[in-house]
Parts: sequence; C-alpha cells; structure tokens
Amino acid sequence: MLELTILAPALINGAMTGAVYALIALGLTLVFGVLHIINFAHGSLLMVAMYGVFFLNRHLGLDPYLAIPIMTAAMFALGFGLQKSVISRASHGRDEMILLVTLGISLIIENLALYLWSADTRNVQLPYGFAVVNLGVALVSRTRLIAFVAAVVLSALLWLLIDRTDLGKAIRAVAREKQGARVVGIDVEHIYAMSFGIGVACLGAAACLLLPIYYVNPQVGNVFVLVAFTIVVLGGMGSFVGAFAGGIIIGIAESLGGLFLGESLGQIGIFLIFIAILLFRPTGLFRARA
Amino acid sequence: MGRNAVVGALALGLALAVPLIVQSGFWLNLLTLMLFFGYLGGSWNILGGYAGQFSFGHAAFFGTGAYVTAILQLSLGLNPWVTMLFAAAGGASVGLVTGFLSFRYGLRGSYFALITLAFSEVLRVLATTAKITNGGQGLVIPLRTGLGNFQFAGKAGYYYVALAMTLISLAAAWCIEHSRFGARLMAVRENEDAAEALGVNAFGHKLAAITISGMMAGAGGTFYVQMFFYVDPAIAYGPAMSVESLLVSIIGGMGTVAGPLLGSIVLHLVGDLTRKVLANAPGISLVLYGVLLILILRYLPNGLIGGARALAGRVGLGTARSGSTG
Amino acid sequence: MDTLGKERDSQISRRQFVVATAATAVAAFPAVLRAQAAPVKVGIMHPITGFLAYSGNQCRAGALMAVEEINAGGGIKALGGAKIEPLLADNQSKVDVGASEFEKLNEAGISAFVGPYASAIGISTSQAATRYALPHVCDVTVSDRVVAKDKPTTFRFSPGYTSIAETAISRLDEINKSAGGIAKKVMMVHEESESGAGTQKMLAKELPKYGFDIVETVLHPNPTRDFSNIVLRIRARNPDILIIGNYYDEYVLLVRTLRQQQVRLKGIYSVLGGGASSFRFVRESAETAQHIMDTNHWYNPLNPKALDLRKRVEAKGLDFSYEVYLNYNAVMWLADSIERARSAKREAIVEALATSTWSGHILPYGPTKIVDGQNTGAMAATLQVQGNDIQVILPKQFASAKIVFPAPA
Repeated sequence: MLELTILAPALINGAMTGAVYALIALGLTLVFGVLHIINFAHGSLLMVAMYGVFFLNRHLGLDPYLAIPIMTAAMFALGFGLQKSVISRASHGRDEMILLVTLGISLIIENLALYLWSADTRNVQLPYGFAVVNLGVALVSRTRLIAFVAAVVLSALLWLLIDRTDLGKAIRAVAREKQGARVVGIDVEHIYAMSFGIGVACLGAAACLLLPIYYVNPQVGNVFVLVAFTIVVLGGMGSFVGAFAGGIIIGIAESLGGLFLGESLGQIGIFLIFIAILLFRPTGLFRARA
Repeated sequence: MGRNAVVGALALGLALAVPLIVQSGFWLNLLTLMLFFGYLGGSWNILGGYAGQFSFGHAAFFGTGAYVTAILQLSLGLNPWVTMLFAAAGGASVGLVTGFLSFRYGLRGSYFALITLAFSEVLRVLATTAKITNGGQGLVIPLRTGLGNFQFAGKAGYYYVALAMTLISLAAAWCIEHSRFGARLMAVRENEDAAEALGVNAFGHKLAAITISGMMAGAGGTFYVQMFFYVDPAIAYGPAMSVESLLVSIIGGMGTVAGPLLGSIVLHLVGDLTRKVLANAPGISLVLYGVLLILILRYLPNGLIGGARALAGRVGLGTARSGSTG
Repeated sequence: MDTLGKERDSQISRRQFVVATAATAVAAFPAVLRAQAAPVKVGIMHPITGFLAYSGNQCRAGALMAVEEINAGGGIKALGGAKIEPLLADNQSKVDVGASEFEKLNEAGISAFVGPYASAIGISTSQAATRYALPHVCDVTVSDRVVAKDKPTTFRFSPGYTSIAETAISRLDEINKSAGGIAKKVMMVHEESESGAGTQKMLAKELPKYGFDIVETVLHPNPTRDFSNIVLRIRARNPDILIIGNYYDEYVLLVRTLRQQQVRLKGIYSVLGGGASSFRFVRESAETAQHIMDTNHWYNPLNPKALDLRKRVEAKGLDFSYEVYLNYNAVMWLADSIERARSAKREAIVEALATSTWSGHILPYGPTKIVDGQNTGAMAATLQVQGNDIQVILPKQFASAKIVFPAPA
C-alpha cells in the first residue's frame, strides 16, 4: 500500500510542520494562559511580523534569521503597546469584550496591510532556499530543519523565563490568582502588558523562521490561527513544553490524516483531537506548573 | 409597559409599511439583511445572552439548516417551506448533540467557545469532502420564482419573511425574559453553581437553550439559501456567520430583547457607510469598521441598549423600577 | 447628414452653408459650453478586498484602462461622444456583499454590468441581472452555471471551464504526440473548491478518451500550509505528467516543494493553473518555472494591439495577468455593443451583445458568435514558460514558440 511506503518520511514531515506550528503557538499559550483571552488578532500580528521580515530583507538585504533580534524587539513593543493602550481600555477587563476588541484589531491590521502593501503574495528569495538535508529516510529542506531547532530553543528559553526569573514568577502569580497577586504588590496591569508583549514578541521570531518556508500576504495569518489554538489547548495553557509537544503531535496527526484520509478530510483529525482534549482533558497534556 | 406597547405597535406598523414606501431595491435589500442578521443574532443571544454560554460556532447550526434545505430540494424536490421545518430540526439536533457533549463534560467560558468553534470546523471539513454536499463546489438551488416556492421576484417578499422571522425572534426573547424558564436560565448565567445549589437543573436549562438556538439558526439557513441560491462549506460553516451573530448581539446588547436587532441595524449602516465613503481605497472601509467597533466597545460596554438605558437614566427618562426588563 | 439629401439642389448649397457655419461656430465654442451627451453608466464590480483581493484589483485595473481609452478616444460616438461612467463596487470576495452591491449599482441606474470575477458571486449576480433585464458581461467567472439559456441577459466573451477542459486535454494529447507519445501516466493535484474540483472532474472525463491513465487524484484544502506529503505521493506514483489546478500561492508552494524534494517529471501541465501563466511566478521562481505548461486564458501574442497594451500595463508596474486583459476586453466589447445598439437602454444593449460578431479584440479566438450568452469562438491557449517569458505553444496559428516536451533533465 502506497501509504505505508511513505509513512516514515510522512511522519518526519509532520514533525517538521508541527515545529512550525509550535513556534506560532508559543506566544499564544502565554497570552491565553495568563490573560485567559482568546486573541483573535494573533494571526494578523503574525502577518505583520512577516511583512516586517520581508521588508527588512527587501530593502536592507537582511537575512531573515539575522532579523530575529530586531523583529522580536519590535513585536514586543507592538504587543506591549496594544495591550496597554487599546485592549485593556476598550475591554474593561471583560473576557467577551477582549475577544471582540482583538477581533476589531485584526480587522484593522489585516485591511491596513491590504491597503498599504496590496494583496500580492511576497516571497523571499534566499540563496539556500532549496538546500536540502538528507536524513536517509527523508529529504528535509534546510529552512525547515532550522525552524525545528529554533522551536526547541525558543521553547526552552521561554520555559527558563517563566520558571527561573522574577518576571516569570510574577506572571505565574497573576495567571493563577489575579487579586492575590495584586495584594502582594504585583502591578497586574504591567504584567498583563508584559505578557502580551512577550507573546507577540514570539511571533516576531516565528515570522523570521516561517517566511523562508512559506510566503506572506494580508491573509496569511488566518491559515495558522486555528491550529495554533488547538495546540495551545492540547499542550496546556501557559505550558511551553506543552506547546512544543502539542505542535509536534498536531503536525504528525495532520500528516497521518492527510496520508490516510486524503488532504481535505485529513484536516478533520486536528479538530477531532481538539474536541477530544476539550472534553476529556481540558487542562491539556502538560498542565502549566503552578 | 403601556408606553412600550404603543411604541412597539407603531414600530410594527412602520415596518409593515416599508416596502410600500421604499422603492429602492438596494435599501429594501439592506433592510432585509439587517432583519435577517438581527434574527440570526437573536438566535445566538438565546444561548449567549440569556444562558451566558458564549458560542463561537453558531455557524454549525446555520450551515446545517442551509445544507438540509438545499439537499432536500435538490434530491427529493421538497418544497422549500417544508424544508425549513427540516432545517430547523437539523439545527436543533446539532445543538442538542454538541450541547450535550459540551455541557456533560462541564465546559464553560473560553473552553466552551473553543469547542463550538471546533464543531463548526469539523462540519466544514465534512461538508468539503462529502458527496451529498457536492464537496467544495457547493450547491445551487434552481431558480423558480413564486411564493409557494419561497423565492420572490422583488425584494419585498424576502423583506416580509425576514420581518416575520425577526418578530418571532423578538417574541422568543421576550418570552424567555418573562418566564420562569428564562429566570432560571439567567440564574444559571449569573452563577451556575449557586443556581444548582438552589435546585435549578443547569444542565437541562443550558441544553434547552442551545437546542432552541440551534433550531432558530437552522431555519435561518433556509432563508439564506432561498435568498442567495448558493451554499458551500465556507459560507455554511465558515467563521463569518459565527462572528456576525455574536457581533450584532454584543454590540446591540447581550441578554436583551432588542439588542441583536439594534446591533444588526447599526452595524449594517456603519458597514454600508464606510463602503460608500471609501469605495476606491482597498481595505480602508474595513479598517474604519474595525476602528468603529473598538470605539463602540470602549465607550458603550453594555452594548447600545445598555448605552441607551444609561442615557435615558441620566436624562431622567428611565423607569427606576429595579429589575425592569422593558 | 441625411436630411440634406431631401432638399432641392438650389437650396442645398445655402443650407449646407448655414449648417457648416453653425457647425464651425459651435466648434469654436469652448468645449464646456457644448451640450455634453449624458454619460453611459456601467457598473464594475470585483473582489477588491477579501481573499481574492489580488485578482480583483488586477481586474479593476484592466477595466478602468479600457474605460479611459474609450473616453479619451471620444467616448461612444453613436451617442454623440457619451463617456462611459464607471460605477465601481467591491464584493469583498463574498456572495452576500456582491448581491448587495449589485442592488446598489442597479439602483444607481447602470446600463450594464461588468464583473464580478468569482464564479460563486457570478451565479448570484447573473440571477439578479436576469430579474432586472440588465446586461451582465462576465469578465472571468469560468463556471458554466453562470452563463445559461435561462439567463438571456448574461454574456461571456472568454471560455467557460467545460470548453477549457476539453481543449486542455486534446492539446495535451497533441503535445504528447509531438514527442512520440511517451507519456501515459497522469496524476492530478487540485484544490477542493469550485474552480479546482470542478475543473478536475471535467479533465478526468476527458483524459481516458486519449488513452491517458490517471494514477491518482489529490484534492487539497484552500489554503494548504504544506505540500511535503503530497509530493511524497507524487514521487511514489511516479507519473509522467502532473496536472495541477489551484490558486497562485498553493501552486508556487507545490512546485517549489517538488523542486526541493528533487522530484523530476516529464511534464507539469496545468489547466487554469494558478501560477503557471503568471509573470510574477516566472520572475520570482524562474528556475522552478521552466517548461511548465498551462492551458489558460491568454492574449494574442501576434496582435500588435495586445503587445502595446501589455507595454502600457507593465509601465504602470502591474503584471499583464489574465484578469487585466479579460476585463479590458469585456469593457471594450461592451462599448462596441453600445455603439452598435446606438442606445444606452438595457434591452438594446442586450440585443447588440447577443448578435455581436466583434473582431476588434486582442484574444486568440476564432470568429465571435454568441450562443445562449457564450462566445463560441472563445478558446483557451496553451502556454509554456520558456526562459524569462511565457510563450504560446498551441494552437499553432497563434503560437509564438515551439513545444518543449519532455522537460529536459
């Protein structure tokens, strides 16, 4: 059977794709875990970051990977600013409001991008764009391998941030018990903005790693958002290890689904997993450490 | 109460007279869409506003209704009005099943919202691959104008049907607000555990709410197909309908009778205005729409109805009775 | 003028003199004082925003270029130089918005409608056009559910996908025969919605007639994030020819993945391929694009007017994509029909469109003949990327280069 002969490389492809999904989910799990909000604007922010990487490459000749520090910092500022000045003010702290505010933001960002940069799809042309690494059982493109490694590194860095630093402790406190945190003197609003900022900064890094593999146009964010949400819930809100593992699992599930059920029906695997997790283990596979 | 009845009767009279006064096909069309989305929002509001369960996958009910209508017409040649009953039943069934699963496993808040989204997506993928729905190509119902066939040559016919549906939706909301069922439902919304402790069967009430919501949305699916002749997985189960339903309710005022209708009217006017003003700059009209949305959320956090009540209160027009639901 | 002929000889010269003097006097007046003929309103609707935004904007650009050209050339001469007044609309890539905007255009008193690019939206607008007896000139909308016998006011100058599909496979057979018939196994990869899946069904019917063997068909969602597994299947099946039918982004991703995974095929053939006949694709992925063939809408490369239009479009920084010249063509056809109708009334324009034999176009078609709204002379062209440009390889009477098949290793 054809499917079995290509099973091994399909699994590897799935894991590679999953790592890319994980990159996008990392920022979301922090925001979801701490602020408990469904950030509708996550996809559009990814898109903005990708345009940033594109223009840096186009006008300054900057390699996307070298742009990581710049984009991370820039997106942090954007996220911090958005939470401080728009989201917190407009939503009055209510969950359903925050959701709508982020929806409004995504509408604005997506269509502003359309107006400014037109609907054309843009690609970066890199000298190593078609380079592949032979893993024996499969040929993996260099850009995807880099993304995989980066996903591991980024997950680890974020875990260290949350687990070992004071900021991380404060974030965990606010995520767990907002009023209690306020009582012990933590500036909750500031932590909210920091968390959102860090979450969006992750998108900056993700964009640098994603653009060499994919492309950018004003719609590109929507493609990844739903999968990102699935991974966040699967992995456990607020858990970076969970986001990475969840990403890999979803990537493989998607790959196997596509292999055995066809590309269209195979997508159902992702959503069935989503439903199953929500019903039977909503806290996710890796509960965030208290 | 008396004053409200007079205002209501006047509004109804005006609404009935609209197609006789308004000759413009465009405006009739816009009004029809306002009513339709007011109805769809109203169906969402039953679950979201009154039961307090935020659904992101309202399209699951709507889309099922739309497909049931199209499929029954194309394969069995059933009369569209008849298929509307089946569509409502289809929507109700989806509501029952998804509600049962979600509530049985105790999903609330964001988790409930996400699972409803997941259910919609599952249906969308199924619709894209199933033969009966013609996969990604969608279904077209044949052009056969006539009242008996639920297709109208002019806009007035659709307008009146949408108006009737809106009235039903308003009546449903009003009944919920003034019934014991509704009171218990709202108790569940305010604090589910406390309501349970007082002996309210939260599970049963929520399940009833989602079933009613699904039933109404399913019928809405029929209306859409009869008006646009075409349905495909993206239209039926995509996020657009889900977002629109919750948007009009929240903007207008969740858990109110007139909220969804008011929200729909305002949002459609805003949408049309921004399209008119900035027709030639791609995307800018939607940017403006987003900005306006955020401004409304910022300054009118209880929706338009909430804002109107606050205004009325300040100007001294509101009734000071506590718990008034006029 | 006709009336002059009725005068007797002795008075003709005086009348002629008077008329001539008056005419000269009028001509001497500043243009603004001369009575302007009322402009002809034409509704032009495309997906300017939403997921079809790129195509929609290209469409609009092409339509407006035609309008400018017509107006600069003196407008509709049969109506005293009446200018075409374009009323622009955006359907946001959505059926319900399209229906709503169509109503608006109808209200505004348009004499005709051009658009709306997307087939799904076209089904709705053409139905509304039928109700209002409004001439509806489809720009692209390849679905055969848009133009039909029961829609007497809907017209399309370019081919629909049944015709394109039939042409595509007979051309593939011709290409195969030109290389000694070496190809037999065909694999198909299409996107799952109307245009991709619909075309795929048509092709699947035609291929066996020419002895081709379909080894596998893959339908994929829109959008698809990754093609690695599909490429694994392609490699495993090892077809001679891969037929692709999807939109630009997926097209490029698929072809690039094929290259990355070092999968070599005798030929890649598309039908209404999203990327194959795209100048942008050739520009950005020249090496990957080499020798890819496509049966698609195209302009006539042997027509100097077409080449001139291409220069003008590219001078504006736009790609000369099919959206541009099909819309340019649709508006030009409409203008020609209004000229022949000598009227801005809807029924007259419908009649003129239905009886049109217009040959002043820049497309590689046979003689124009309208049957049930469809131009039966319309024909898809078969193209191939060779070097830095896209050449027409079939039909031979419009070919600008020879077929290269199989693709050199």
